[in-house]
Amino acid sequence: MSASDTPVTGSPLVKRGMAEMLKGGVIMDVVNAEQARIAEDAGAVAVMALERVPADIRRDGGVARMSDPDMIDGIQAEVSVPVMAKARIGHFVEAQVLQAIGVDYIDESEVLTPADYEHHIDKHAFTVPFVCGATNLGEALRRIAEGAAMIRSKGEAGTGDVSQATVHIRTILGQIRRLQSIDERDLYSAAKELQAPLDLVRETAELGRLPVVLFVAGGVATPADAAMMMQLGADGVFIGSGIFKSGDPALRARACVEATAYFQDAQRIAKVSRGLGEAMVGIAVDSLGAGDLLATRGW
Amino acid sequence: MSLRVGILALQGDVREHARALVEAGAEPVEVRRPQELATVEGLVLPGGESTTIGTLLDLFGLLEPLRTAVRAGLPVYGSCAGMILLADEVLDGRPNQATVGGLDVAVRRNAFGRQVDSFETDVEMTGVGDVHAVFIRAPWVERTGPDVEVLATVPGDGPAAGKVVAVRRGPLLATSFHPELTGDSRVHGLFVRMVKEAHP
Repeated sequence: MSASDTPVTGSPLVKRGMAEMLKGGVIMDVVNAEQARIAEDAGAVAVMALERVPADIRRDGGVARMSDPDMIDGIQAEVSVPVMAKARIGHFVEAQVLQAIGVDYIDESEVLTPADYEHHIDKHAFTVPFVCGATNLGEALRRIAEGAAMIRSKGEAGTGDVSQATVHIRTILGQIRRLQSIDERDLYSAAKELQAPLDLVRETAELGRLPVVLFVAGGVATPADAAMMMQLGADGVFIGSGIFKSGDPALRARACVEATAYFQDAQRIAKVSRGLGEAMVGIAVDSLGAGDLLATRGW
Repeated sequence: MSLRVGILALQGDVREHARALVEAGAEPVEVRRPQELATVEGLVLPGGESTTIGTLLDLFGLLEPLRTAVRAGLPVYGSCAGMILLADEVLDGRPNQATVGGLDVAVRRNAFGRQVDSFETDVEMTGVGDVHAVFIRAPWVERTGPDVEVLATVPGDGPAAGKVVAVRRGPLLATSFHPELTGDSRVHGLFVRMVKEAHP
């Protein structure tokens, strides 16, 4: 970075640094100010403002879009933690709108109906940082090349079935371990196989992790799910439908936060897993048809 | 024996602080429980979300042990969220925001604005020199008590010029910015020297 006392906004360091501050935390989907208050009181590190949680998007069908700015304003006014919001894949004007109303992070999300089946948003063009979903390392690095400052697994949102999140985080971290073990000269062919830029492949191999923060999302519904993702190597956890589709959201939210902070302490996870009431009902991913899968959106 | 310096590890950029402490010659120790707090000679309150960390300190029974340790003279360095947690007074915080306190300053939360207003710039810091400073939803210090030394202010002639962004009082050090994000361990070096002074 060149020496300068002219303040620079929207730089990669400022965007990626914001995600570093969220590590070890739980980011919760909320659909109104009341839920946002419950989430913040339970210790959520940020909230994701959206009109319908993924489980309801699944149930209702139709086209899912960016939320009403009024609804996002209401949530921003209610809480002091960062407020994130979702834009459709490729919908750069929804992203412009979200930046204009001052959200702290944009999720370019497969949970909404894609607006472009060829291009993702050029995220370098924005001051606000973006998080994007990925199912494997190549996809993660392509999103970072487009300017994503944070990556999350896609999982299979709105199911309460954590299996796909498990597959995605294991795949991403396994592919990184493989990169670390190969000869420098083989990075060219590795980049070709991953369909990702060589410089990012090399940086990832050197760091032994993604160059940005990696969270898990998609199907996390219990404190044990959250702690499992942390033990597998996630930097933090998104919980979508899992909190507010359960019997006692406030209690479950707090339990998931505690299990994420103390993810290696089984006694503590056992303690917070007691008396939580009903978990979200859930849909096993293998009962879904190919057309119902959200993780296959984006490329 | 190297100096054992704790990092409050409930949430935030713990890894980056650990790396900076190693470079500054200390042994970083993650602190999540009161018994871990008792084993360290200094403590870093990392960057993160101040309201979240405050809530977790309260929920997990660490707030009182931490306040007691600060009153007893434990050296503490807070960056960003850590600065807010150390401040005796928080402006624009949540009502009843849980903080540790001990540093006689009033800190304004998110003083520079939301994430789109986050920025990086160079600042001159007393005892350290020129520092490349990253400000993320950062606070600034609005009032300092009589014994608080101002170590850095925002340079230039912008709207925030002259705002106080680094302070020290006795064994307590706080910065609005994140030296742990830039691979520069000199601010941590200053803190490690403060820890050594407190444990001669």
